[in-house]
Amino acid sequence: MYLDFSGTFARSDLLVHAGIFTVVLSAVTVLLGLIVGVIGAAMRLSRSRLLSGIAAAYVEIIRNTPFLVQIYIVYFGLPQLGIRISAVVAAVLSLTLYAGAYITEIVRAGILTVPKGQVEAARTLGLGPYLTFRHVVMVPALSAIFPALTSQFVLIMLASSVVSVISVPELTGVANDIQGQTFRSLEAFLVVAAIYLVVTAAFKALYALIDRQLFSFRYMGR
Amino acid sequence: MMFQHFSLAHVVYLLRATEWTLLLSAVALVFGGIFGAIVALLRISAYSPLRWLARAYIYVVQGTPLLVLLFIAYFGLADLGLDLPPLVAAGVGFTLYASAFLGEIWRGSIEAVGRGQWEGSGALGLSWAQSMRYVIVPQALKVAIPPTVGFSVQVVKNTALASIVGFIELTRAGQIVSSATFQPLQVYLTVAAIYFVICSVLSYLSRFADRRINTNAA
Repeated sequence: MYLDFSGTFARSDLLVHAGIFTVVLSAVTVLLGLIVGVIGAAMRLSRSRLLSGIAAAYVEIIRNTPFLVQIYIVYFGLPQLGIRISAVVAAVLSLTLYAGAYITEIVRAGILTVPKGQVEAARTLGLGPYLTFRHVVMVPALSAIFPALTSQFVLIMLASSVVSVISVPELTGVANDIQGQTFRSLEAFLVVAAIYLVVTAAFKALYALIDRQLFSFRYMGR
Repeated sequence: MMFQHFSLAHVVYLLRATEWTLLLSAVALVFGGIFGAIVALLRISAYSPLRWLARAYIYVVQGTPLLVLLFIAYFGLADLGLDLPPLVAAGVGFTLYASAFLGEIWRGSIEAVGRGQWEGSGALGLSWAQSMRYVIVPQALKVAIPPTVGFSVQVVKNTALASIVGFIELTRAGQIVSSATFQPLQVYLTVAAIYFVICSVLSYLSRFADRRINTNAA
């Protein structure tokens, strides 16, 4: 066994583009997933049994089926119903649905950590339902769940590798193309694994920075 | 007729393929469990280079997509000149993956047992191995069982990725049926339903274990 990275390194421009694609794809789906997750959590905790039931069913279905099968249903199944979407749209849609379910559960747990009295106090002081939710519930809830949320974001970035199966040009897909051209499969995937590690580390550092910025009150007096 | 119609015979075929999904999951959990226990022990070792080694291993495996890990295991073994059946190649990839996650879960469980327990068993003259065997592990198990069962849900779902490296399990069988019938929606919804049943049962067991154990502790 010997390793020859020359073919893979010769295609480093492809890898750079694919790396950027992976970063953008995961950033977009994390943001969309966060929106879905906040709405999902609000539905899950609403007094309406219908809304809460829909949100619960959504979370259970997504969390108990493989992401790969979800992609196949979106990309190969929807056209059967006359809905044709491109591979990239299918990737964003399935990743958002997947991310949204996990984020719903995390946000829900966060909202439950906010004591009821705090909400009642805000309402008594004259804050409307929206302002109460936004400032009195979401901010402390998000600060409580931020670590869990960011490790979920990293998992979403790693899960984005799976969309390579519908030929979306992200890192894993491009590694597959490169190994097809160079016939040095192990080398291509080792290099891509290293890139994922760097991206993981970069995202973790970024999240730590955001944590300090956004929730500076947690660090006060330390 | 050019295409087959998605029928009960196909569902039976999918259910037969589910056996391979379950077998691969079992291989991943058994071997991942054995190596995961070693990773957990290294991670809490008194000897710092061993601790760092385990940390680095966990960091690398948890920071790499499972799909890439599977490709590395698959092509790496081939580069070593080993011509292994797909179950073994996929099994190696999943063992790497499961051992890192189980190692981290079990380290947390062992550390959840208070220091006083170690000190107490040390004071009673128990060796490290005896403290572990009779004092720490029985208590750590209570903490470890719910997240371990919960992780097995992840393993069952993620075995779907083995279909990409050519292992014929439930998802790959779904692809085969889908190309034969040209009814991907029905086929993949059926595939999803089979996973859903398996994973819901495991999720329920995890929550049930959590409730049982927490009630007993109270």
